[in-house]
Amino acid sequence: MTPILDGVSVHLDAEGFFEDPAQWTDGMQEEIARENGIEPFTDRHKQVVEFVRRTYLRTGAAPSIRTVGKDSGVSIEELYELFPTGPLKVAAKIGGIPKPRGCI
Amino acid sequence: MTTTSLDPTLAARGEADALSKVAIVISKGSLEGIYPGLIMANGARMEGIQANVFFTFFGLDAIRKDRSHRIKVATVGNPGMHIPTLLGALPGMSALATRMMKREMEKLDIPPIPEFIELVAQSGAGLYGCKASVDMFHLTKDDFVPEVREVITVGEFYALAAGGEIIFT
Repeated sequence: MTPILDGVSVHLDAEGFFEDPAQWTDGMQEEIARENGIEPFTDRHKQVVEFVRRTYLRTGAAPSIRTVGKDSGVSIEELYELFPTGPLKVAAKIGGIPKPRGCI
Repeated sequence: MTTTSLDPTLAARGEADALSKVAIVISKGSLEGIYPGLIMANGARMEGIQANVFFTFFGLDAIRKDRSHRIKVATVGNPGMHIPTLLGALPGMSALATRMMKREMEKLDIPPIPEFIELVAQSGAGLYGCKASVDMFHLTKDDFVPEVREVITVGEFYALAAGGEIIFT
């Protein structure tokens, strides 16, 4: 799919994940969040998304949910309150990184 | 052609057949017998699927305060180990196999069982002990980690599982 986000045309795969993280910009977050049922998009949401994206850019892979719970500053309970349909998947979509492929 | 819709294929795929709820039974007390159920419970929660976990028989060890941190790999009567039975029975073999497996799992960021139980509970999955097994082993709810919600009967388990899939491990 090639929707227009924040005025820019981006390439998403069939499930809505970014194929090229470099196409992502900060300004796209709220729009993607809204499309994924996250409204309002708060600073706590942003904290998680930034952590997930930063980890992906640094290591080449999204963090595990265990790592997000330990190192992002947001607890597991809060993660699921912020992202009820799947914290890692939705944070990855909002943060412009490919689909996380871990089992944890 | 560009479109402003972000996820048109999701509707096309048919969300009707997506799982919304699972109930997972953990009935074994070995490391390799307990992990699959926990991975499935955590995996379900990560997909936004409701999950309940029911521990029965030796699976209760995973939620026992005195045992959950010392679950071992079975090295005897376990063809999956691909070692001769007599070798597997030697003193220390189970401890060695357990150590090795725990090391590999830590590399993959898979938590040890007590931490995994906490993670699964904090993710919103319900953890329950099987009343029949609890009575058989002369245990009470106090023997279990605080994340365990209740000790329930099989009938109560079925009520909890209603509307979802049951996964037996």
